[in-house]
Amino acid sequence: MLAYLIRRLFAAVVMLVVIVMVVFGIFFLVPKWAGVDIATSFVGKQADPAAVEAVRQKLGLAEPIYVQVWEFFKGIFVGRTYAGGGDVTQCAAPCFGYSFRSEQAIWPVLTDRFPVTLSLALGAAVLWLLFGVAAGVLSALKRGTLWDRGAMLVALAGVSLPIYFTGLLSLAVFSYGLGWLDAEYVPFSDGIGTWFGGMILPWVTLAFLYAAMYARITRATMMEILGEDYIRTARAKGLREGVVIRKHAMRSTMTPLLTMLGMDLGALIGGAILTETTFSLPGLGQAVLNAIKNQDLPIILGVTLITSVAVLIANLVVDVLYAVIDPRVRLT
Amino acid sequence: MSEDKAVTTPAKSGGATLTRDTAPGEVLLKVTGLQKHFPIRKGLLQRQVGAVHAVDGIDFEVRSGETLGVVGESGCGKSTMGRLITRLLEPTAGKVEFEGQDITHLGVGGMRPLRRDVQMIFQDPYSSLNPRHTIGTIVGAPFRLQDVTPAGGIKKEVQRLLGVVGLNPEHYNRYPHEFSGGQRQRIGIARALALNPKLVVADEPVSALDVSIQAQVVNLLDDLQQELGLTYVIIAHDLSVVRHVSDRIAVMYLGKIVELADRDQLYKSPMHPYTKALLSAVPIPDPRRKEAKSERILLKGDVPSPIAPPSGCRFHTRCWKATQICTTAEPPLVELRPGQQVACHHPENFEDQQPQDTVLLTVAKEAAELVADEVLAESAQTSAALAAEVRTDEDAAGSGTGEAAEPAAAADDATGPAGSTESAGSTGPAEEPDEPAKGDAKGDDK
Amino acid sequence: MTELSKTGAAVGEPTGTSPAPTSFLEVRDLRVHFPTDDGLVKSVDGLSFQLEKGQTLGIVGESGSGKSVTSLGIMGLHTAGQYGKRKARISGEIWLDGTELLTADPDHVRKLRGRNMAMIFQDPLSALHPYYTIGQQIVEAYRVHHDVDKKTARRRAVEMLDRVGIPQPDKRVDSYPHEFSGGMRQRAMIAMSLVNNPELLIADEPTTALDVTVQAQILDLIRDLQKEFGSAVVIITHDLGVVAELADNILVMYGGRCIERGPAEKVFYEPRHPYTWGLLGSMPRLDREQQDRLIPVKGSPPSLINVPSGCAFHPRCPYADLPKDNATRTVRPELELTEAGSRHWAACHLTTEQRERIWTEEIAPKL
Repeated sequence: MLAYLIRRLFAAVVMLVVIVMVVFGIFFLVPKWAGVDIATSFVGKQADPAAVEAVRQKLGLAEPIYVQVWEFFKGIFVGRTYAGGGDVTQCAAPCFGYSFRSEQAIWPVLTDRFPVTLSLALGAAVLWLLFGVAAGVLSALKRGTLWDRGAMLVALAGVSLPIYFTGLLSLAVFSYGLGWLDAEYVPFSDGIGTWFGGMILPWVTLAFLYAAMYARITRATMMEILGEDYIRTARAKGLREGVVIRKHAMRSTMTPLLTMLGMDLGALIGGAILTETTFSLPGLGQAVLNAIKNQDLPIILGVTLITSVAVLIANLVVDVLYAVIDPRVRLT
Repeated sequence: MSEDKAVTTPAKSGGATLTRDTAPGEVLLKVTGLQKHFPIRKGLLQRQVGAVHAVDGIDFEVRSGETLGVVGESGCGKSTMGRLITRLLEPTAGKVEFEGQDITHLGVGGMRPLRRDVQMIFQDPYSSLNPRHTIGTIVGAPFRLQDVTPAGGIKKEVQRLLGVVGLNPEHYNRYPHEFSGGQRQRIGIARALALNPKLVVADEPVSALDVSIQAQVVNLLDDLQQELGLTYVIIAHDLSVVRHVSDRIAVMYLGKIVELADRDQLYKSPMHPYTKALLSAVPIPDPRRKEAKSERILLKGDVPSPIAPPSGCRFHTRCWKATQICTTAEPPLVELRPGQQVACHHPENFEDQQPQDTVLLTVAKEAAELVADEVLAESAQTSAALAAEVRTDEDAAGSGTGEAAEPAAAADDATGPAGSTESAGSTGPAEEPDEPAKGDAKGDDK
Repeated sequence: MTELSKTGAAVGEPTGTSPAPTSFLEVRDLRVHFPTDDGLVKSVDGLSFQLEKGQTLGIVGESGSGKSVTSLGIMGLHTAGQYGKRKARISGEIWLDGTELLTADPDHVRKLRGRNMAMIFQDPLSALHPYYTIGQQIVEAYRVHHDVDKKTARRRAVEMLDRVGIPQPDKRVDSYPHEFSGGMRQRAMIAMSLVNNPELLIADEPTTALDVTVQAQILDLIRDLQKEFGSAVVIITHDLGVVAELADNILVMYGGRCIERGPAEKVFYEPRHPYTWGLLGSMPRLDREQQDRLIPVKGSPPSLINVPSGCAFHPRCPYADLPKDNATRTVRPELELTEAGSRHWAACHLTTEQRERIWTEEIAPKL
């Protein structure tokens, strides 16, 4: 198990380096090929050539690409120094560079926004797992009944209605209309109650979409599992139906859900763009959206990296959990 | 619809007519040293850490017009063998010759003309037919693939083929799901026959079918062979079916042929202990024999892994006759009797090939516990009788050549080979069923 | 299907309709029907038999003859996996040791399941839960019915594994099913079913998924265990060889009904139904001289939605035209004794004399 984990971790690190290089390539080389000068866009379109040259020097854009990649990595782990045109800027250890627009360091931007996205994604995941899986299991057990049809109709709605629709609707009803809840991000440290209250609407909105998907998958998987021979064996032993479902059917139903959960969580941690925008939550998604609009490449690079790390970690966790649940994938 | 009627001789299809340049009885397919190892790869770099020795060096011939049956238990490599000789897989080593042409490493293009001559019928009539195509399309596909237009057009020829296999030609436009399992297998057969092949390799052609349907398909294969002069290689696990359809039979165990013999010889006097165990394990549909189960040879444990097959003779881990030599030297497949090739050091129903080696392995003693005394005694007796027969023959032919065939009598006196005397002395009496003279004595005791 | 109502009662059955069965297991007029989109599937349609302790009944039939559904019906598992509206319909009576299972409290039947009646399935790989060790699964089976701690149950599991011939049972008890070979899995499955010393053991195609040498081992094991535990065994199979090995009595099913039943010797040596003849003729036999040709049954097994009228076998029967008044096509034949005083029953419109003659003159010589 340990050897397996170490190997997986090693593979994950290699993967990360590859991702960084690809992202680097995309964000720094492609503009060059497209004839867009990064230094110019950093300074602004009507800048004087001297200022552009200073920026080019400072950001090391004149260096060959491999030097730039190396500097970028060095920045992340030991920090880097931007020196050019007599102006020296020290960038401490996790250095992801500076925004082209605000000239702010990227790392603090990421660390500010990351908790927002994380609380959104994790909270919603708890909700959608609880309700999605429960609804799916019940539907599978009461196949063809009114409950099943109703639940699946709601699920269909959940899958097909866009987040900005359900989000705005919930805002209109619960926030502006009834005035019960406010959708506003308050940091966790400022009080759990306010944090919780502010997150409820975004959570429910995001969870509604995912719960719908999970309910449908759970129902289909559960129905398939209930037809398995080993479920029949469990019944033949004289187990109570509840035990058969909980102990035998549920554990098998978990595995495909787990795989999905890993992917979904990973992706959401990289930014739930629509939800964050709808509820004006200052998360990574919102940051990346603005960065795309402003062609603020360093921010995009930083968020991409965070997303990749999140997906990789989530997948690693899923793999470990998978091995715990299914002994057949227990590899050494 | 799928009545078991005699097949009417089909008119030779014009476009698909092929010259039959192999006369009945001549070698159509020759396989030498055939091997297929499936690599097992592991780790980041996908290093090869081992291989599944699915087929591990087999030799045989298929003669024109005959049926070669291939039996063995799951994992013995029989299906892989079938895919190798039809070149659906490429062998790791060895040689496959079809009508004298080396086809071992032919590419897709090189095999194309041969695909007419070599056809395959698969086990599962449900998954081997594309559910979206009509049976007309399915059976007619070989013509399109080979760009052959039979006289009278594809449709007419397909309808004729459907008639040949006992299906209603008017069902040309139906889909596979509209047919029962037996009928689907007939569709598969019709497709295989479309181009008038010379060799048909059938992998478990009836094992997915119900008993009553099995018989229909078996009879159909029989009729088609007679009418069309087909050559079959029929791979199956059911020994009764294989006996019924085959002229000669190859018994496979862990990637090797352990015995290859004419049908009647194989079933009447199997020489390889594994063959004997296999035959004795088949449940006999006769309740009166229920109490007389003593002839059954129960094998110990399971078939070893083909990833690391046992050294020497692969059966030695489960054989009740295994001795030291079986763990070290792999017995070659030799023709001990006309029409019966066996790879065994201590064959049944024949004189011992390694008579000097008499000390049973511990595992063999354990395995022998599961074999009834009567069987052991009988096997020893037949071996002794045969040995005696051989000895007289050789005496008549002139002494001096009989050195190797002398053991039975010689084992007890000091004139025998030194090793034999020692071992016989050290193991005590009546423990070696493969030692003819003593076996006799044991038979008397009981 | 109008004649069904008339033949609802098991006419001519030895025990009649008295509600006090003397047999250990008695099934009376069992019907299991499944509603589907295409129509009502009559998997079992009026089946009756008895079985005593220490005896083995072999149920033989082709796929779709209703033999597996019968066993699931006895176990009360025919609705398993069926949720929602379209439930299987079951009727008739199943008496197990004096209790009628179909009308009994479902929770009572559940308690009998696994303890008084147990089942072995065809494919041990899919019948064992892949995520739990062999030991966990046997322990579970034991603890449902015995109030013991895990340690005691585990000892019992090891003991059972040892009994069914698994080497190093104290180690193998912690293995997962995928770490076992096919034969070992079936042994483990048998250990699991026998852990509570059931009085009735139902084996549904227990060796079909196994190789022939492993099959021999398992059949041997089942026979030994039955002697040891003295339980009643129902063995369901399509393989006449397997039945001949184990069964004292044989019941041949066709189209959801029993068409012949009796002592094994009778059914093999004096079969009195054309379908049984067909089964015997279809099978190549190792214990006989090589046959020239097999004698198959023409056509295919019937659809259970549209079971042929009259005798379900009539479209495939070579003698369907012999009985007068077209009886084979209109009247469903009932099981009748082939001989007064025998325990051999067959459901056929041919007269006993006709069948005796056809068997001895036409069929037997060709087998």
